[in-house]
Amino acid sequence: MNERVLMKGNEALAEAAICAGCRHFFGYPITPQTEVAAYMAKRMPKIGGTYLQAESEIAAINMVLGASSAGVRAMTSSSSPGISLKSEGISYIAGSDLPALIVNVQRGGPGLGGIQPSQSDYWQATKATGHGDFHMLVFAPSTVQEMVDLVFDAFDLGDKYRMPAMLFLDGMLGQMMEPVILPDPSSRPVIEKPWAANGHQGKRPHNIIKSLYLEPQELERTIIERFKRYDHIKATEQRAEEYLTDDADIIIVAYGASSRIARSAVNTARSMGIKAGLIRPITLWPFPVDIINKNVENTKAFLSVEMSMGQMVDDVRLVVNGRRPVSFFGRTGGIIPTPDEVLEQIKAINGGM
Amino acid sequence: MAIVFSKPHALTDKPFHYCPGCPHGIVHRLVAETIDELGIEGRTVGVAPVGCSVMAYDYFSCDMIEAAHGRAPAVATGLKRALPNNIVFTYQGDGDLAAIGMCETIHAATRGENITVIFINNAIYGMTGGQMAPTSLPGQVTQTSPYGRDVKTAGYPIRVCELLSTLDGVTFAQRVAVDSVKNVNIAKRAIKKAFTNQVEGKGYSIIEVVSTCPTNWGMSPMEAFQWMRDNMLPYYPLGVYKDKSEGEN
Amino acid sequence: MNKDLNLVLAGFGGQGILFAGKVIAYCGLIENRELSWLPSYGPEMRGGTANCSVCLSDIPIGSPLVLSPNALIAMNLPSLDKFVNTVVPGGTIIVDSSIISKKVERTDVNTFYVPASSIAEENGLKGLANIVLVGKLFKELGFCSAETIDAAILKCVPASKAKMIDLNRKALELGINS
Repeated sequence: MNERVLMKGNEALAEAAICAGCRHFFGYPITPQTEVAAYMAKRMPKIGGTYLQAESEIAAINMVLGASSAGVRAMTSSSSPGISLKSEGISYIAGSDLPALIVNVQRGGPGLGGIQPSQSDYWQATKATGHGDFHMLVFAPSTVQEMVDLVFDAFDLGDKYRMPAMLFLDGMLGQMMEPVILPDPSSRPVIEKPWAANGHQGKRPHNIIKSLYLEPQELERTIIERFKRYDHIKATEQRAEEYLTDDADIIIVAYGASSRIARSAVNTARSMGIKAGLIRPITLWPFPVDIINKNVENTKAFLSVEMSMGQMVDDVRLVVNGRRPVSFFGRTGGIIPTPDEVLEQIKAINGGM
Repeated sequence: MAIVFSKPHALTDKPFHYCPGCPHGIVHRLVAETIDELGIEGRTVGVAPVGCSVMAYDYFSCDMIEAAHGRAPAVATGLKRALPNNIVFTYQGDGDLAAIGMCETIHAATRGENITVIFINNAIYGMTGGQMAPTSLPGQVTQTSPYGRDVKTAGYPIRVCELLSTLDGVTFAQRVAVDSVKNVNIAKRAIKKAFTNQVEGKGYSIIEVVSTCPTNWGMSPMEAFQWMRDNMLPYYPLGVYKDKSEGEN
Repeated sequence: MNKDLNLVLAGFGGQGILFAGKVIAYCGLIENRELSWLPSYGPEMRGGTANCSVCLSDIPIGSPLVLSPNALIAMNLPSLDKFVNTVVPGGTIIVDSSIISKKVERTDVNTFYVPASSIAEENGLKGLANIVLVGKLFKELGFCSAETIDAAILKCVPASKAKMIDLNRKALELGINS
């Protein structure tokens, strides 16, 4: 067992990526994720890896595509405006059935927005990262330890399903320090990549990595095949944490930084005799439909708490499907909701029941 | 019976989709002959662009990647960094390399990535049906410059070899043509040198092939070559623009 | 079971606010407690005010952003003005009185005035007023053991600046005795 150490979120995730075997990082400076790049710039040359500061976010994601095509673990990290630039490359990565790790340390938008923590890229991450019919795995850690653990999962599942994975954070998680234990990589399965374009050495037909299918029937066939994989992932990879949901009258759904605030509010509500609980999605795609669904009958109301104007709440409503009221509370633009504000919402819902 | 001429091994049996008289076929062959002669097919990975040569991945027998429009140099960079002992080349047209991908082109060049870039300059967007390219000549009529390229509003063509040769990261830059036996032979030597430089770890090499587009220019192949000689070569003179590599092969 | 510490440290960029917070965070790590350390970030780091939230607890930390601290270390007037009314009743405020001449008007908090910058300066510890104030906080709240805080300093001072270890220890001592 490794030692418990104190690390900043951005640096911990970078070290975790190295532990997970990633030796190729391509990035571009942007607040509040720059520590990831700075950490990689320091570490990679010492372990024979690549740190390359690309000329743009667009170039960085395409370098990731190139390295991933070669069969190695590759990653990039950025913050909201930079992810918009990477969206083209992410679509190509998905269309080429390539794994890749993309980190989004979210900040307020739209446009240049601000640099304080935000969760307003939920729609972008889970529904429309780029053009075309595709998904990527989206992981939403809420602690530095979970950031580290999910970096491993993101690489492993990305390789397993041959698809891009996003580690979806916000400026608060990226900047904060918490104790963390780095996992032991040796317990992880090695995933073969016979599809890699790494030179056929005269031993196999040439591998082609592409997303172009000019015949509509052929393109449809590849997309349907990919969606079968997505269905399998939806059935097997949903993850969420339940906190005090067993007897809860009001269930908050919140992920990442806002789930921590929600948890504090739930604790205070409980101390006041209000039966509040929390479902904390860990995978945002696949959305933890099953875990929310099994709680619908036993609770009275849902409240989605986000650092946005209300994006995930759409998915909560789709699951609840009118069976219970679903309300929303959020702050946006870089403002973190306070536990007191969330508590007020809980009290208001409780009073209305 | 002795075989005196055959298809290079580095080309597949897939028939080219290119228009009659299109020089892409000649350049593909020169690249493939080079790969054969250097014995590097098994460790070569090519990066195809978006443009007429988008399906180059079907024609070369080595491993291939199809990049997004303009991003081939970035894809090649990631690939080469992951596989430093492999041979990586991009094959790009003028819109891909000098318009949408100019940022990636310049930065891969200035980093001195140890890759080989084959650049086809035919002064027009071929695949989309003949629009103005960054290398279209002043006054050149295209679908999107129907009154001729007006430099007052559309600016001037970009001379890629001249521009890149100012960068310290570039090892070798040569502009060639494939309109005559003599020029084809010069082009072959240039392409082979560009690959050899990479094999020897000498850094970034670019070969610009001044080419034609008979279909979108609305000319016969021979007329197109003549137009190229009369109009393009004065603007894009052939020759070596930079050579930091030592010795010839 | 120790009491939770929800601390805000605030001052100018360059006063070692984040470092002081880190020393306290390491105290939590060493004693195997739950903890979080969250800095302010952005342009304000570059010359303006800097602040940092530190939580020590025996249960998992909710929000790492401390909005209602039970302890405040203020190293300049704008910081004191910004945070003085956020401190919970019964909380502790430690003021560097060589920089801030203003007095805290609240009577429901325990305020300590330590001329930390002068103390540091007079003892050849320029730039260590932050640790003098940490010493005072340690004395008043005892958020960890004496061995722990010493070990935390050893953890936080980089190996390349080993001579700083004893200077930090001295600053801590001066704070404890202030």
